[in-house]
Amino acid sequence: MSIEVKIPAVGESITSGVVSVWHKKSGDFVNAGDALFTLETDKVSTEIVAEKAGLLETKAGEGQEVKIGEVVAIIDDSKAPSEEKKTEEPLEKKKEPEAEKKPREEKEKKEPPKKEKPLSPAVRRIVEEEHLESGKISGTGKDGRLIKGDVLTAVQERKSVGETANFPSPAAEDRQTQPETGRFTRKKMSPLRRKIAAQLVMSQQTTATLTTFNECDMSAVQELRAKSQEAFTKKNGIKLGLMSFFIKAAVEALKAVPVVNGRIEEDDFIQNNFYDIGVAVGTERGLVVPIVRDADKKSFAELELDIAGYAVKAREGKLKLEDLQGGTFTISNGGVYGSLLSTPILNPPQNGILGMHKIMPRPVAVDGKVEVRPMMYLALSYDHRAIDGKEAVTFLIKVKECIEEPKKLPLDF
Amino acid sequence: MEKFDVVIIGSGPGGYIAAIRSGQLGLKTALVEKEKELGGTCLNIGCIPSKALLTSSDHFMFAKKEAAKHGIVIDGVHVDLGKMQQRKDKVVKTFTGGVRALMKTNKVTTFEGLGTITAPGKVSVKSSDGQTQELETKNIVIATGSAAVELPFAKFDGKTIVSSTEALCFTEPPKKLLVIGAGAIGLELGSVWNRLGSEVTMLEFLPRIAVGFDLELSNLLQRLLTAQGIIFHLETKVSAVKIDNGRATATATKDGKEMKFDADKVLVSVGRRPFSEGVGAEKIGVELDEKRRIKVDKHFRTNIEGIYAIGDVIAGPMLAHKAEDEGIACVEIIAGKSGHVNYDAIAGIIYTNPELAGVGLTEDQAKDKGIDVRIGRFPFRANSRALCNEDVDGMVKFVADAKTDRILGAHILQHAASELIAEAVSVIEFGGSSEDIGRTCHSHPTLSEAVREAALNVEKRALHIMNR
Repeated sequence: MSIEVKIPAVGESITSGVVSVWHKKSGDFVNAGDALFTLETDKVSTEIVAEKAGLLETKAGEGQEVKIGEVVAIIDDSKAPSEEKKTEEPLEKKKEPEAEKKPREEKEKKEPPKKEKPLSPAVRRIVEEEHLESGKISGTGKDGRLIKGDVLTAVQERKSVGETANFPSPAAEDRQTQPETGRFTRKKMSPLRRKIAAQLVMSQQTTATLTTFNECDMSAVQELRAKSQEAFTKKNGIKLGLMSFFIKAAVEALKAVPVVNGRIEEDDFIQNNFYDIGVAVGTERGLVVPIVRDADKKSFAELELDIAGYAVKAREGKLKLEDLQGGTFTISNGGVYGSLLSTPILNPPQNGILGMHKIMPRPVAVDGKVEVRPMMYLALSYDHRAIDGKEAVTFLIKVKECIEEPKKLPLDF
Repeated sequence: MEKFDVVIIGSGPGGYIAAIRSGQLGLKTALVEKEKELGGTCLNIGCIPSKALLTSSDHFMFAKKEAAKHGIVIDGVHVDLGKMQQRKDKVVKTFTGGVRALMKTNKVTTFEGLGTITAPGKVSVKSSDGQTQELETKNIVIATGSAAVELPFAKFDGKTIVSSTEALCFTEPPKKLLVIGAGAIGLELGSVWNRLGSEVTMLEFLPRIAVGFDLELSNLLQRLLTAQGIIFHLETKVSAVKIDNGRATATATKDGKEMKFDADKVLVSVGRRPFSEGVGAEKIGVELDEKRRIKVDKHFRTNIEGIYAIGDVIAGPMLAHKAEDEGIACVEIIAGKSGHVNYDAIAGIIYTNPELAGVGLTEDQAKDKGIDVRIGRFPFRANSRALCNEDVDGMVKFVADAKTDRILGAHILQHAASELIAEAVSVIEFGGSSEDIGRTCHSHPTLSEAVREAALNVEKRALHIMNR
């Protein structure tokens, strides 16, 4: 019997992805649990593994865009591995470290593929023809089922939005007629890039973002790091970085000004009483923001380990969707690229984002005298709908104070 | 004194179904019925015996008029009315006996006698032998149903001027039967006696028959019944019925002219009234509306706590299945669940041949409400199975919202319309569109294909007719 390898539902609101790399070729014998290919979606890229052992026949090429549920390969489990492969398989198996294999299996057990809601024939036709996401439309039928009128309204709404947004642009016409001459090249943006683009525009359009600035003197933190680095590294197997200080400082500031740690949902304001801090990490695919959970309860060492773990995963493209969901506040460090000052864009529905920047030795007035100090500009972008200027400024000053006098932080090393 | 969770007064389809559901939900339940047999009007003197006679007389019509078309030669076809009535009684008895058994299996205690509410939570049952039993209960459900409306100038005498009850039990077909009121009951019983040999004349005050049903199909039904020999006088107002020597003469006016109709029997079928008196509800302060129906809220609660009412005795169409669904919803609510009745998805049926069935809005009702609609029609003449059956009269008609395509109403005139309407009812219950039915595979050859075709015709893409 053959089994179809389908694109699994990898997360809410993800409808398609790209088969970026096949790890097995057509005609290969695969074992259950073997990674077949990497699926890149607009949020995350994941490896899809074989559910059963058998002979693989691929149906989609690398770089091909595929929909959730689409069959991309067939595994014929009636075929036994060929003689030469047989000797090869055990070797391959050994290659894969146990530790890496386990979490993947566990994850699979935890998340059975989501079943699509049954749709009525007319609703199904319109959803398919109009490429609607049925899960995003609210149903007015019995027990919330979608009825034809609901999807017709959804089509109508989309059209009216499209009409106002899409002015006939000469560029669009050019696209059809102008051949590529080498003066420019055109290539499709990756799903991740497209998602980032849409997310940023959505943020700018749906929030009332404002940025407030301050600066902080990094001498105290730098001294403390220099003093404690050796012992810390020895004890924890990881360096004491800057980021843990800023996460802790942000947590203190969030506690002092709780409104920043909340979000607006329609007419309600929701106060988060937990501290899941997103830390923006640049990757070659684009910026991703993994979430450090319960940052208030973690030690400096745990925070550093979390960040380092995420950085590795991000570089290897192994971040999971759940690593990226549900943050309450974000810290973005443009300083690593040399940025002196910037206005970060909010990551909705979050209310605030703290921007760190390059540490520059600058002359500042200390006790009436000019001294050269390692200075960093700080920026807080906030949603002015929920947060007043006074609160935003208070928050940023709190961060500044914690960094300039780290003893205000719960130092645990 | 026995204590119950629920005491239901009246064992018609509303009451006995409520009792079953109540028993299923584990409530200690009592059912009070003043008659000897359970089942109320529907089982004993309504839906069931009339359907038994309608089927028997329809078979007779087939033997007499249709069989020959199929190459079946039957000589000397005649009716043994005694036997026909016996079969009807047997059907009723089987059914009422079945209901009694169902009460036992669902642990419902039945009481024979007139139930009267003496106070909230107290019901007194007076049996025919004069003994009285007092029941104590947390909840009371009034399900006392309805009775035939009497005309002041033509009071029922049980012999010449009769209600449906007596018209089900004639021992011979009256030579001339005058039916006052061309609604479901008049049309059905008029059909029965017309088939069995009576000369049937129907007088209707309104300019149409079958009020409440789609006008187009009602008019079509009238034509077909006229062809079967029933005489219709519409817009005819009866003002007097005189009895002389066992024969009746009705005086009526039509187009300003006085007319006389003589008859051996007069069936008055001008409607039914809620049976809200006698149960003691009014005495203890249960509110009635202007039509003397018991006032209830969405949860079937009267103004007095612990007293509920369902079925014909409250507002809404007087239909057994409406009462049943209310009965279920009512006791579910009593048991703390969320009972609900969707009044947009309750079909009405007249069991003539062809049968007329309708659910939801008629074309006219939709237009009166200012709803922009699209209509889909399909005649059974173009349906393969109807042709095989030699049963091509009638059509299916859909009323759909022009914008959303949601089905607002479905109307069927066909020999099997009562069964065919169920599909439309289900789809309406789920808020479905004409396209939903149009895109659902229907078996071939079946009458149900005509339902699909009519649905397709809403979007002018029916397959076996010109789409207009």
